[in-house]
Amino acid sequence: MDRRKFVTKLSFLLVPGGVIGTFLKNASARAAELYNPSKHYYGMGIQVNKCIGCGRCVEACKEENAVPKDPFYFRTWVERYLIKKDGTCTVQNIDGRISGSVETGNEKEIMRSFFVPKLCNQCDNPPCVQVCPVGATFKTEDGVVLVDDNRCIGCRYCIQACPYGARYLDPERETADKCTFCYHRITKGMLPACVEVCPTQARIFGDVRSSASPLTRFKRMNKLHVLKPSLNTEPKVAYSDLDGEVR
Amino acid sequence: MRTPFHKIPDSLIRILVVFVILVGLALLLRFLLPSSLKDRPTFVAATVEREMAKPVRYAGSNVCADCHEEFNLKKTGYHRNLSCETCHGAARDHAENPTEAKPTMPRLREFCVRCHTYNASRPTGFPQINPASHNPLKPCIVCHNPHDPKPLTVPHECGACHAEIERTKSFSPHVQLACATCHNVPEQHKVSPRVITATIPGEREFCGKCHAKDSQVKETPKIDLATHGEKYLCWQCHYPHMPEVD
Amino acid sequence: MIEPLAEKLADLLRQVSGYIYPNEIEVHWSILIVVYPYLTGLVAGAFILASLVKVFNVKEVQSVYRLALLTALAFLLIAPLPLLLHLGHPIRSYEIFLNPNFTSAMAMFGFVYAWYLMVVLLLEIWFTYRRDIILWSQREKGVMRWIHRIVALLSTDVSDEGVVFDKKMVKAITIIGIPSAFLLHGYVGFIFGSIKANPWWSSVLMPIVFLFSAIVSGIALVILLYMVITPFRGGKIDMPCLDKMSSYLFYAVIVDFSLELLDFIHRLYQSEESIKILSEMVMNKLFISLGIIQVLLGMLVPLGIMVSIKLFKFQDELRKLMYFVSVILIQIGIFATRWNVVIGGQMFSKSFRGLTAYKMDITGLEGLLTTLVLLVLPFFVLAILVKILPPWDTTEQARSTAHAR
Repeated sequence: MDRRKFVTKLSFLLVPGGVIGTFLKNASARAAELYNPSKHYYGMGIQVNKCIGCGRCVEACKEENAVPKDPFYFRTWVERYLIKKDGTCTVQNIDGRISGSVETGNEKEIMRSFFVPKLCNQCDNPPCVQVCPVGATFKTEDGVVLVDDNRCIGCRYCIQACPYGARYLDPERETADKCTFCYHRITKGMLPACVEVCPTQARIFGDVRSSASPLTRFKRMNKLHVLKPSLNTEPKVAYSDLDGEVR
Repeated sequence: MRTPFHKIPDSLIRILVVFVILVGLALLLRFLLPSSLKDRPTFVAATVEREMAKPVRYAGSNVCADCHEEFNLKKTGYHRNLSCETCHGAARDHAENPTEAKPTMPRLREFCVRCHTYNASRPTGFPQINPASHNPLKPCIVCHNPHDPKPLTVPHECGACHAEIERTKSFSPHVQLACATCHNVPEQHKVSPRVITATIPGEREFCGKCHAKDSQVKETPKIDLATHGEKYLCWQCHYPHMPEVD
Repeated sequence: MIEPLAEKLADLLRQVSGYIYPNEIEVHWSILIVVYPYLTGLVAGAFILASLVKVFNVKEVQSVYRLALLTALAFLLIAPLPLLLHLGHPIRSYEIFLNPNFTSAMAMFGFVYAWYLMVVLLLEIWFTYRRDIILWSQREKGVMRWIHRIVALLSTDVSDEGVVFDKKMVKAITIIGIPSAFLLHGYVGFIFGSIKANPWWSSVLMPIVFLFSAIVSGIALVILLYMVITPFRGGKIDMPCLDKMSSYLFYAVIVDFSLELLDFIHRLYQSEESIKILSEMVMNKLFISLGIIQVLLGMLVPLGIMVSIKLFKFQDELRKLMYFVSVILIQIGIFATRWNVVIGGQMFSKSFRGLTAYKMDITGLEGLLTTLVLLVLPFFVLAILVKILPPWDTTEQARSTAHAR
């Protein structure tokens, strides 16, 4: 066969081959885009020394997750601690902003004062999962504790069992609800809304198993604490610079 | 009881029949009701799917870079750690429909004041102002570009970022001491505060300049430098911004 | 119902003292969850009284044996109602039985309850009454005849061997039934006691205290019913029976009081972190319901009355009055006990830094009116049960009471 005929015949193969090849490449790219939960295990770090108590995280969470705007339902919130020289400790909620009427007191009396962001700790040994009578709340393969809206019967046992006050009853759906680490965002490679808008990077989100991530650096460079360790809930939210007065 | 093996009491038979019927009904229900046809992994998978399909409202910081060069401007300034959406609000709709959905553009003082108003609980080093006295009524963005905010004049005193210390010191006997009296502050500290830090006095004799028995400075409390406080540096006991004695 | 809730919560926010986690403003387990352990407690207590009679052959109390069983059944049938009313999605609640989470105490309790109802209580009542039901159905006409025939499961066996078998079954069921009754109400205590997040509830003693206070309330209820129904029917109260039941009540109250005292002393002595906020809560929020109603009126006064009856000889009429006052006070006291456990556990914050308040609705699904209806409903059920299965004037009872005299 002469060269022209060869090239013609080859091109007849190449073009469909190219189309099929592109199709396969796109398909594998799509398959790679399909989320694989076994490849991730999520956790969060909170640098208490960086939190300025602006409350943008609280607002962003309510916006992103359609949480009722009333001050009775919070997936995340910020606490303000004021420890005076005489040892008394006062705690207040930052309801999404520092209101003008927040009492700072005379600077002379302050020994320490700081803000502490709180949220669901996505425990590894979650008491809420243990007590749910119908198994509506469960831990996913990637370490996030979710609530099945269609199964939850609204008995509120999980809300009683959470030592951190992270859960509430959604008033419209009458089912239990809580922070999900913005599961719909993190499974697409985005950050949770609260982490996204924090102006000082006080909140750090990542994969606890990764070797190179902001969370890894956080774990390396800080002494870490968790809330209520004696209850053995194995929280996955780690705090650095956590004061002993924080409950 | 002298019941022969084949003669089970009538009452027991009736009870057993009822029991069998009830168990049968329960089993029937278990296999008839639609939810019980699924097992736990099915519920879990369905919930995970529902959760993942929820709408996203915040676009994420990188998306804005595609169209807005303010993103590059922001990269080196003091606001480099902020996401665009921290100030502009949820912008996913805008990212998908740039002409129809617009994010917020905060221009009022109240917006900036929320982060930057003075509060004693804020960590030291975070720039804070008193909104009542710092150019009242003027929108912040008139003087400060929000994408690369710099103070108009370089603050010579440290109160712009160390407001709580400045206020504490202003109630204290050290009110007349400038920060630079005790701290050497390299110029770079104002640009990279966490990397280049100011110095603190490393000798007892430093404080002794005013507080030793033989110091010429008038009206300061005097102590015997050789014996007072053993081996400690002065600021290890006395907080220099509000020095007190027991 | 969202608007009223928001207003109520906003109002409660103003009554918070100290600091509470923001989600804690809503009190999740309301008065309905107070009613529920109260009702199941009465079930366990009434059953245990009846069981004492059967297992230890206490002749004096035979006459109330069937009444106690029917009382237990009446309250057991109504007990799930407060739970269903409280659930956000009661229609899905059958999932607790079909697809339970086996690590959940609440789910497992569903099976304990079902076991107790079906295998213990209903069977015991059936075997106790069986021959009498058949005899009644043979004498009656119309609706009652058919009701009795169906309740007897269409049996017609009135032979003596049948009765002997019935008695053996009753004995066996009673023996299984006593630990089952212990399990029934101890389990409710476990549901609270196993919540490590809440130091007011989390205690090994919780199931035991719940159980013994249940026994106290159950015995007191049967005494109360006996004292009210007997004259109402024109009968005469049998004093040995009353004295014996009150003796058992006395012992039960002593044990219950000792357990609660032990819990109290233990908490104070250990002085764990939560002691400050819990003490503050008891003094501020629970002073009346715990100090005055539960302890003073509900326990110490009846205890004093019963001790004095043991020490001194009083006339029959005076003793009756004293018993009556005691059992009323005990009922109120045990209800207050449930209140203090359930509501008390939600009055302080898990941050240990603040206290909140509970505002009970008057109307509404979780309100006072609903509660009153739920507390009265079992008596209506009991009236129906007593009509279908009269617990007196049977050949059995006539024989045993004659024997006792």
